[in-house]
Amino acid sequence: MAILGRACLIIALGLALYGAGASIYGARARKQAWVESGRRAVYAMFGVVAIAFVILIAAFIRSDFSFGVVVDHSSTTTPLFYRATAAWSSQEGSLLLWVFLLSAWSSLILFVLARKGKLREVAPYATAVLCGLGGFFLFCSIFLANPFGTLANPPLEGAGLNPLLRYPSMMIHPPALYSGYTLFTVPFAFGIGALVSGRLDASWITSTRRFALAAWFFLGLGILLGARWSYSELGWGGYWAWDPVENASLMPWLVGTAFLHSAMIQEKRGMLKVWNVSLVLAAGVLAVLGTFLVRSGILDSIHAFGASTLGVPFIVLIAVMALGSIGLVIWRRASLRSEHRLDSLFSREAIFLLNNLVLVGLCFVVFWGTFFPLISEAITGDKAAVGPPWFDRYTVPLALILVLLSGIGPVIAWRRATVSKLARYLAIPLAVGIAVPLLCLALGVGHHLEALLMFGIGAFSLTVVAQEFVRGAGARRAMTGDAPPAALLALVRRNRRRYGGYVVHAGMAVLFIGVAASSTFHNQRDARLSPGQTTKVGGYDVRYVKPTFSVADDHRNTGAIISLGAVLDVSKNGKHVTTLNPSRGYYPDLSQGPVSRFYQGESTSEVGLQAGLRRDLWTAIEPDTTQIDRLAAEADRKFPNATPQLSLFIAGTLAAGYARKPPPATFRVIDSPLVTWIWLGGLIVVAGALIALWPAGLRARRRAPAGYGARVARELGRA
Amino acid sequence: MDFLLVLVVLAAVAVVVAWPLYRAARPSPGGPPEVEALEAAKDSKLQEIRETELDYRTGKLSEEDWRAQDARLRSEAADLLRELDRAKAKEG
Repeated sequence: MAILGRACLIIALGLALYGAGASIYGARARKQAWVESGRRAVYAMFGVVAIAFVILIAAFIRSDFSFGVVVDHSSTTTPLFYRATAAWSSQEGSLLLWVFLLSAWSSLILFVLARKGKLREVAPYATAVLCGLGGFFLFCSIFLANPFGTLANPPLEGAGLNPLLRYPSMMIHPPALYSGYTLFTVPFAFGIGALVSGRLDASWITSTRRFALAAWFFLGLGILLGARWSYSELGWGGYWAWDPVENASLMPWLVGTAFLHSAMIQEKRGMLKVWNVSLVLAAGVLAVLGTFLVRSGILDSIHAFGASTLGVPFIVLIAVMALGSIGLVIWRRASLRSEHRLDSLFSREAIFLLNNLVLVGLCFVVFWGTFFPLISEAITGDKAAVGPPWFDRYTVPLALILVLLSGIGPVIAWRRATVSKLARYLAIPLAVGIAVPLLCLALGVGHHLEALLMFGIGAFSLTVVAQEFVRGAGARRAMTGDAPPAALLALVRRNRRRYGGYVVHAGMAVLFIGVAASSTFHNQRDARLSPGQTTKVGGYDVRYVKPTFSVADDHRNTGAIISLGAVLDVSKNGKHVTTLNPSRGYYPDLSQGPVSRFYQGESTSEVGLQAGLRRDLWTAIEPDTTQIDRLAAEADRKFPNATPQLSLFIAGTLAAGYARKPPPATFRVIDSPLVTWIWLGGLIVVAGALIALWPAGLRARRRAPAGYGARVARELGRA
Repeated sequence: MDFLLVLVVLAAVAVVVAWPLYRAARPSPGGPPEVEALEAAKDSKLQEIRETELDYRTGKLSEEDWRAQDARLRSEAADLLRELDRAKAKEG
């Protein structure tokens, strides 16, 4: 099947080249048959890439060790779910996933537009861009990171999936991120198409808006899942470390957020055309840059970049995308002039503009912080690290302004707000926004200005959203006489984009309150304890009751054969609060001796977590296995030819010995408030995005023969 | 076996891609780009009229400001409908 897989990639590359050529020729020569043929090449590319993708997944599921990539990233002992998803843990598989998703979204947008007969002048050029991007990734897949490379002498067992990745959301995280990245290339391609064809009205934005929103949704979901994985699996107790991989996904998300707001101004007012097309093009370039950062090896060192086979081709692609975009915008600058001017600084347009500047500013900070170490290494030879304090210094004030604007935006009218009305409208949210930090101070929360400001601004923003729903439903009731729930439902159904957006604002406010509280007021203690000993953290007494162990009892289904852990009793003021069970799972390393292989492989932390709306108690353990390692090495020498059963028996006996006479273990204990608000806020954001994404019902489009004023009224009544 | 499957995939791809080049041309749905742009502008304008009314009804705009904005937006929408009719008539 490897031959078929490889052939599918080559055929797909041929289709990408043909699709680009046929589309451009069809558009230039005005030959619709060639344009359609080019579009069908994209559908066919999706089909053959899907075949290749299925072949690769099947090889992982069947543990077909004739595939080199399966040997390196899976094993027979890897649980089925992780075998099925291990493909994208490899460089080769992740590139194939990229091109699979790209061809799927490309086919979808081209199919939808062709069926409706929309963007006929723009679509052929967009098809060519999408084919070009698909062709690039297929080229990399075929010549630089081929997933269908085979081994002449397949081994009996593979290396297994990296244990850190054996976490359900971590296997969904890459497809979500890649869906975001690839979906951002759709508006990018249509932006290029609009510039080349000169069709620069808002119709290309309207037609691709849902794809931009879907890209934003998936990228956000991927970021959230990554943060959750970091918190639950990595054993350090945090959810965001300003790691370049995290930053890589945040940058296009920030620019995408800016575009989703400013696109509304172009649709309504014909303004900000240069800005909008630049944002779309930047989001597309940043999406590819994100993939490049993760896949080129440049993050490890500027020198690793040189050794990577993917580095130079990616740099060339990004340079072509960026310089080409800039060139096209300059070329079309005359056609990109605004049709109107800003009516007033007291308008939603002005707030959106400010919000855009803050978002782009944030993106610039993240960009600079991510690339600074690489730039410094390239110039001085030393890698100067930029840590979380540097990022916090700039991002915290910008985040405060952003949440404040997300509260002001919904209450201010388009074009020109009535100032007296605005002041009256803001009275209650402002009162709540001032009362909340004062209340926090009165309750003795602490004098942390930035956190208190975020609580106040977050509360202000949440009150605005609540007020919007109440007033909107009230207005609807006054017009229709519906019951409150029906009025609320009808209000949201008729204005999905607006009210979905408000739900997103509420979710972001909840999320930021959680981030501010958990990062400012968390208590952390690292302690080395023997059974019976206690450590204190944030007013809690955490007592190490007893050690635990398990052998061949993989209840989390991750493939860990041996697990060493602890029972921790948590109490406050002498009253029992909860019992926590942190543990560490050990994954066998078959290159080691028959017994020590059970302890010398990789190990991962399984945290003991008591999550609540008010606070999380988070614990991790690092057992001291010095004694076990010594005894295991001795057993290796005594039983060099031990059967697997005997080896496991001895390894299990050593674990039981550890539990009988436990050495002190190292614990990390964290008491952190409102962490759950981050996940809750993320879920609210997801719900809001889904409301905004949900398609509206089809509008009746009958032709009305009446006068134009009456027709406007009639069309309004229908919609 | 693999070789045969490759041939089948190649044949299927060739048929899918080449089909439009050999069959008779079909009229494609949708109007010319000018009509499409005007339709998009009209939809945006109607949406703006609705949103302005919602802003008024939820207390963000005074009645006076709303009436002035609404009249201007309706006049712009009527202009767009007129242009749309003209563009469609030109298309035939």
